Amino acid sequence: MNMQTGKTLSVAEAALCEAYDHAVGDLPGDSAVLIARDGLISDFKAAGLPTRRIEAWHYTDLKALLRSVPDVAPAASADAVAPLVAGSAVLSVANGVAARAASAAGATVRTFAEALADGTAAAGLTARDGDDAIGRLNGAFVRDGFVLDLPEGTEPDAPIELQAVQNGGQTHVRFQAGIGAGVRATVIERHLATGEEAAFATALSELTLADGADVTWVIQQAKGVSDTHLGQIRVRLGTDAQLRLYVVNAGGRLVRQEIHVEVAGEGSDLKLRGINLLGGETHNDVTFTVGHDVPNTTSTEVLRNVVFDRARGVFQGQIRVAPDAQKTDAKMSCNTLLLSDEADFSAKPELEIFADDVQCGHGATVIDIDHTQLFYLMARGIPENKARAMLVNAFVAEIVEELEDEPLVEALEGVIGAWLDKHA
Amino acid sequence: MLEIKNLHARIAEDGTEIIRGLNLSVKAGEVAAIMGPNGSGKSTLSYILAGREDYEVTDGDILYNGESILELDPSERAAKGIFLAFQYPVEIPGVATMQFLKVAMNEQRKARGEAELSTPDFMRRVKEASAELKIAPEMLRRPLNVGFSGGEKKRAEILQMSLLEPKLCVLDETDSGLDIDALKIVADGVNALRSPDRAVVVITHYQRLLDYIVPDSVHVLYRGQVIKSGDKTLAHELEAKGYADIIGAAA
Ligand SMILES: Nc1ncnc2c1ncn2[C@@H]1O[C@H](COP(=O)(O)OP(=O)(O)OP(=O)(O)O)[C@@H](O)[C@H]1O
Ligand SMILES: [Mg+2]
Repeated sequence: MNMQTGKTLSVAEAALCEAYDHAVGDLPGDSAVLIARDGLISDFKAAGLPTRRIEAWHYTDLKALLRSVPDVAPAASADAVAPLVAGSAVLSVANGVAARAASAAGATVRTFAEALADGTAAAGLTARDGDDAIGRLNGAFVRDGFVLDLPEGTEPDAPIELQAVQNGGQTHVRFQAGIGAGVRATVIERHLATGEEAAFATALSELTLADGADVTWVIQQAKGVSDTHLGQIRVRLGTDAQLRLYVVNAGGRLVRQEIHVEVAGEGSDLKLRGINLLGGETHNDVTFTVGHDVPNTTSTEVLRNVVFDRARGVFQGQIRVAPDAQKTDAKMSCNTLLLSDEADFSAKPELEIFADDVQCGHGATVIDIDHTQLFYLMARGIPENKARAMLVNAFVAEIVEELEDEPLVEALEGVIGAWLDKHA
Repeated sequence: MLEIKNLHARIAEDGTEIIRGLNLSVKAGEVAAIMGPNGSGKSTLSYILAGREDYEVTDGDILYNGESILELDPSERAAKGIFLAFQYPVEIPGVATMQFLKVAMNEQRKARGEAELSTPDFMRRVKEASAELKIAPEMLRRPLNVGFSGGEKKRAEILQMSLLEPKLCVLDETDSGLDIDALKIVADGVNALRSPDRAVVVITHYQRLLDYIVPDSVHVLYRGQVIKSGDKTLAHELEAKGYADIIGAAA
């Protein structure tokens, strides 16, 4: 690739371009895939990493925040860990490379490397728009992941866990899941770190729910204190489809998780629930867009953020309602518990409504620990630190309990509890 | 057991003095009733006993078993056996009642160097105590105090008290909001805890509660001071004549 622009590249931009030149020869893919990769990296070279001048990245100036990226090679091998929910069918990706599997809990499975090799993956190697840095980088670099197919009539007998464990280096992972008509499934997407070396990751998931599918999808991100994690999930909901999408961020140094949902079928419902547990020097950005494109659909988005230390959180939430999407009901709320004077959270809700008969609303609050509640717990003999942890936990536990899936609720409570034990 | 000496306390935020030279002593085994008009400082006194930070003690002392407790935080006081049944119990969404009970019991045990309760032992105790107080198991499955009716909240306070087995029980208007049957149940619960090594301070506006929990002493609080003390007949006198005479005599 030659450079047409006269722009100077940042250290991280140059490292990514160089990494591409080194890696491309041995990334899987047929010629269509290679053409797509080359196109994406050349767009990346032209645009660079997004800065705050780009509206979608205003609160996360990636060019300024991403000072360097590690070499592609991992620091050491990464081992799979026990699933979040016992008994889940685990599909594991170690340092960006998927372990071969043909099926999981009734789903047909292929590795994404296979889909790249035979070219079927080429069409998905796209950026959503000119500002989609995650789509570009993931499409250019993606090596592996899984393609999950749950056709109509399948009844998965256990949750499916897509488990990506990374030990330093760079990984670029992609998951694709097609959930057939009427299928009920729980999928847990985990991004975990092992080892101390800095890691860089992009992770892109594409999820399609056919008519009447009913899915719980959980994204758990627990990377290390020096890691960068750039995630994106693209979702399309068919008629009467129901999706409970839980995003739990509890780790990483520089994290952006994008969620883009097309509500494309009447009668469908999206419940987005986000829990961001932020401490230390973390910068954590959750950016969400939903397009209600047809009449009679509903979505609720509830975010609970807990921010300690010097951590900084961002939530951008955009609800778009198309001109004929009458009777859309969409409600978004973002509540933050700020636990340090140096902690910070920015919430930017945005409604773009082009239909007239809709109910849409949003709200954002920032609160501190309630002192009357704290006193009440302490007056029963619970020491202050423990009482505080209970209240912080209560603040986020409410939305976990909504899941009504006992093992999953317990597992997520475990994740939250373990994080609070370390930070509260 | 409890000795309050010339206590002066103010609201930390704005410096308003609420307790103005209050003296009171309650012996082990004693049931003391505190009465007094609205706004006289009864709840404030109970909060100060429990260690609420919103109030600042500027003078005087509170001795519990001969030792000042002013430097102890609320959890340390609770572990030493001081319990306040709140006039307005606090709702805490997201904290399960059972989990709260278990943590509270075990933290107090830990602070006293005792072993934690096993889950079956804990469950048995809760089951027994809640049956005594006619508390439905469904109530205990809800988040702490959330959506409890006024009377249910008061009963839940007494449940906590009987499980935690404190030595000094301060009941702030536990009778308000209770129907006649519940009043009897709650009074039975308190009477069951009466013992030679335990003291009870009952804050109330009504003689009715004192018919069930018969006090050994009655104290009238007015403008942050105890202006009159007596035996149980003082409560009858107040019921019949109101506060005007006593306040007039003290002025
Ligand atoms: N945190 C506070 N901020 C402002 N005013 C307060 C505060 N705490 C107490 N007060 C005031 O102090 C006075 C005493 O209040 P307190 O609640 O102790 O009265 P009480 O005797 O319990 O009354 P009641 O019989 O109505 O329960 C009242 O005038 C009250 O408004
Ligand atoms: Mg009061």
